[in-house]
Amino acid sequence: MRIVFYLNQFFGGLGSEEAAGMTPVVKDSAVGPGRLMEQVMGDGAQVVRTIICGDNYAAENLEELTDRVLREVKEAEADLFFAGPCFEAGRYGVACGALCAAVDDSLGIPVTTGMAVENPGVDLYHQSIHIVDSGAQAAGMRDALEKMAVIALKLAHQEEIGLPEEAGYIPMGILKDGFTEQTSAQRLVAMLHAKTTGEPYKSELPAPTFVPVPAPAPVADLSKSKIAIVTDGGLVPKGNPDKIAHFAATNWGAYDIASSDDLKGEAYEVAHRGYDTRYVEDDPDRLVPVDILRELEEQNVVGELHGQFYSTSGLVNPLANSRRLGREIAQSLKEAGVDAVILTST
Amino acid sequence: MATELEKAGIPVCQVTSVMPVAKMVGSNRIVQGRGIVHVMGDASLPPEEEKELRRKTVLEALEALKTEAGS
Repeated sequence: MRIVFYLNQFFGGLGSEEAAGMTPVVKDSAVGPGRLMEQVMGDGAQVVRTIICGDNYAAENLEELTDRVLREVKEAEADLFFAGPCFEAGRYGVACGALCAAVDDSLGIPVTTGMAVENPGVDLYHQSIHIVDSGAQAAGMRDALEKMAVIALKLAHQEEIGLPEEAGYIPMGILKDGFTEQTSAQRLVAMLHAKTTGEPYKSELPAPTFVPVPAPAPVADLSKSKIAIVTDGGLVPKGNPDKIAHFAATNWGAYDIASSDDLKGEAYEVAHRGYDTRYVEDDPDRLVPVDILRELEEQNVVGELHGQFYSTSGLVNPLANSRRLGREIAQSLKEAGVDAVILTST
Repeated sequence: MATELEKAGIPVCQVTSVMPVAKMVGSNRIVQGRGIVHVMGDASLPPEEEKELRRKTVLEALEALKTEAGS
């Protein structure tokens, strides 16, 4: 089997943090973890190309890097693509996740990577690719590579991968039908009984976990700050120009308020099917308080009201989707130099 | 939404009537809104009073933005 490997500068043996800016280097043989992978997989497995890139370069030029990797994987006529494992290295994890997802998506060859569950790459890509739980320590390298190899080979042979805890990958959030001996009522009672008597039990539907994000530092001086209004209440200009869906929205819009000091109902509508929208449609300031913020801007309580408000519909939105929308809006706010946000949620 | 903006380093104050949800997802700065149908208003009030209420809510949100979270 022909294998292409992606490594960062550290695992590629080309330096540590001082080399994080390095552009991609391509070698025609196995390097570091790739060599170990050849041992793990035994005869017939050969790493034909290794792409090594600096973590910072990868983070800042992900599109270029992705194009390059896709080209190399294609040219090398690879049967499998491996990236990492990355353990807790965040930039590395995000790059490995993005590259695996792109190779899987564009070329359709089996991909796997490995990360610690805390790695931000997990949050971003666990639903699209198999990410082996590598743990945080690089000492787990061989174990992670073994699991990556097994999963990749199963993918290549179109075999069942098995449950996450059995195959050692991070759950992808897929629900599969299966047969059980007991009805849900019986299982529920058994679970409740185990819970009340202190016995171990396992929920069949784990609740989503929310990793706490440390609060950014407060605004030092509001009178010098640019404030933006973001809402998940679905306020959009009449006609809904971006066609934001009334529930499970997949996009957001930014709408001009630069010359407005009071939003008028006749110019707006609400793309949200989860609440009675008449009050906001009568007076959009009830959701997007441009009138007050404009006054406070004139009184120099705040420095500036950002010239656009951001809107999407937060109704029954899958978590991963909301997160992507949030990231995209964050990017746009950053580019606009916004210092702080008032987020109105219905 | 709030947490993604905060991950990018932008302080966010979330104004909402559904406090438990905002707390569950880990919002750091939350101000109680006046109702799901009009977080920044109250249609039952006369216009001037409603605007005053909105001013109060916006000022509370701004106050939260200039305060260290958790304090």
